[in-house]
Amino acid sequence: MSDVTRLASPEIDLSVPPLGARRLLGRRTYVAKVSLATCAAVVVLWWLAAWLEVVPAMFLPSPVAVTAKFFAVSSDGFQDATLSQHLLASVGRVIVALGGAIILGVVLGFAMHVSETARGVVEPLLEFYRPIPPLAYLPLVIIWFGIGELAKILVIFLGILPSIIIATNEGLTSVPHDTVNAARSLGATRLQVIQLVLLPHALPNIMTGTRIGLGTGWATLVAAELVAATRGLGFMIKGAADFLVTDVVILGILVIAAVAIVMELALRLIQRTLAPWQGHQ
Amino acid sequence: MAILALKDVVVRYGVGTDESVTALDGVSLTIEPGSFVVALGASGCGKTTLLNLMAGFLQPTSGSATLDGRPIEGPGSERGVVFQHGALMPWLNVIDNVAFGLRLKGMPRKGRYERARAMLRLVGLEGMEERRIWQLSGGMRQRVGVARALTADPDVLLMDEPLGALDALTREQMQELILDVWMRTRKSIFFITHGIDEAVFMAGKLLVMSPRPGRIVAAIDLEFGRQFTEGAKAGQIKAQPEFVAMRERVKEFVFSSHQLAEATL
Repeated sequence: MSDVTRLASPEIDLSVPPLGARRLLGRRTYVAKVSLATCAAVVVLWWLAAWLEVVPAMFLPSPVAVTAKFFAVSSDGFQDATLSQHLLASVGRVIVALGGAIILGVVLGFAMHVSETARGVVEPLLEFYRPIPPLAYLPLVIIWFGIGELAKILVIFLGILPSIIIATNEGLTSVPHDTVNAARSLGATRLQVIQLVLLPHALPNIMTGTRIGLGTGWATLVAAELVAATRGLGFMIKGAADFLVTDVVILGILVIAAVAIVMELALRLIQRTLAPWQGHQ
Repeated sequence: MAILALKDVVVRYGVGTDESVTALDGVSLTIEPGSFVVALGASGCGKTTLLNLMAGFLQPTSGSATLDGRPIEGPGSERGVVFQHGALMPWLNVIDNVAFGLRLKGMPRKGRYERARAMLRLVGLEGMEERRIWQLSGGMRQRVGVARALTADPDVLLMDEPLGALDALTREQMQELILDVWMRTRKSIFFITHGIDEAVFMAGKLLVMSPRPGRIVAAIDLEFGRQFTEGAKAGQIKAQPEFVAMRERVKEFVFSSHQLAEATL
C-alpha cells in the first residue's frame, strides 16, 4: 500500500523524458565533442612520443615537422611536383573512376533487375572478381593496358564498381509492388515506371553504394599509383618511403584522409538533399 | 459511364504444383455506373484477388473480366486504384503525388496542378500541396491516395481496404468523406473491407465473401450510404433498428460461411 502511495507521490517524476529533436541534437554535439577530444589526444600523444624521442625522429617525425613539410611540399614540391599537383592527379583519377563506375554500375544494376539474362551474365562475373583484392589483379591490368593513366583509372574503377551495382540492385528489389502498381494503374508505361518510380526509389541506395565505393576507390588509389606514376599522392608516399622521408609519408596519409573525409561529407550532403525522405518511410 | 463485369471467374495460384490454391471459384459480379459495391470478408477470401483482376494486375485462370464488354488486359487509367497502405511516392510532395497520373500523360505543369488542386479540395486537403508525404497522418495519406486516383478521372474507383490501417475515429471520418466524394463525383466504387459495420453503412450493393475457395455467398442491396449522402447523420443511421438488424444478419452470414469453410477443411 505504501509503495502505491509512494509511486503516486508528486516528488517522484515518473514521466519518460521525450526523445525529441533537442535531446537528439544534444547527443550529437556530445558525440562530436568526444570525437574532437579523441583526435586532440592522438595528436598530443604523437607529439609527446616524438618530443621524448621514444623512437628516432627518422621513424616518427613530430607533428611540427610534418606541418613544416606540408608548407615545404606545398611550395617547393616533392619529386618534381607540388602537393597540390600530386593531390590533383589523385583526385582526378578517383573522380573519373567514380563517375564511370556510377554510370556503368547503375546501368548494370537496372539491367539485372529488368532482365534475367543480364542477371545471369553479370552475377557470376561480379561475384568472381569482387572478392579479389585490386592489388592481386593490378599486374594483369598493367600487362593488358600498359602503365599509363588508363590502367590506373581502370583499377580504381574496378574497385568501386561492385558496391554500386549491388547497391543499385538492392534499391530496386526493395521497391514496393503497390507503388509500381499505383503508377501502372495511372497509365505508366514500362519506361515511365523505370524513370519515375524505380530510379527515384533506388536513389538513396545508389548514393550509399557510391559512398562505400569511394572508400574502396581511395584504398585502391595508392596501389594503382605504385607503378610507373609520376604524380599522385600514392606515388608521393611510395617515393618518400623509398628514401625514408617519413614526414612526407605521414603528410601524404593525412592528406588522403582529409580529402576522403571532405568527399564523404559532400556525398552525405548530396544524399540528404536528393533523398530527404530516407529514414522517414 | 462504364460497366465493369466479372463472369464465372476462377483464379488459381501455383497451377501445376502440389500447392495449387484456388483463390476465387466461379465469381460473377457487375459494377453498374455510379454504384457503390462493397466486398466484405475475412482475410483469405479472395477480396484483394478480386480487385487485382479488375485493376488488371492479374489475369483470371478461367472466366472473363471486362470493362464495357472489352476484356481487361492490364492496368489502365480508366480504373483508379486506392491502396491499403497508400502506395504514395515519398520523393514527391503532396501535389506532385496527386498530379502523377497527369504527368504520365504529358500534361503541362500548370494544367495538372490546377486539376490536382481541385481534387485536393474535394478530399479536404487544400493548403497541404507542398507537404512531404512523411509529414502526413495515416488518414491524410489515404486522402492523397483518393485524390491521386480521382485526378486521372477514372470510370471506376477500386479501393483495397483503404481504411484498414486507420484508427477508429479517423476511420469513421474517412467513411463519410468517401461517401461524400462518391456523391460529388458519381464514380462507380468497388470497396474492400473486413469491417461489418463499415460495409453495411457504406454499401449500395454488399457482397459477402467466404474463404477457401473465395466465393460470393450473398449479395445484398442496401441504402444506408445513400441516406447519408441525402443528408442524414451517420450516427442516426447507425442507431436505426433497421441498421442494427441488418448488421447482425450480415454478421451471421460472415460467421456461418466461415464455419462452413472450416468444416470442409
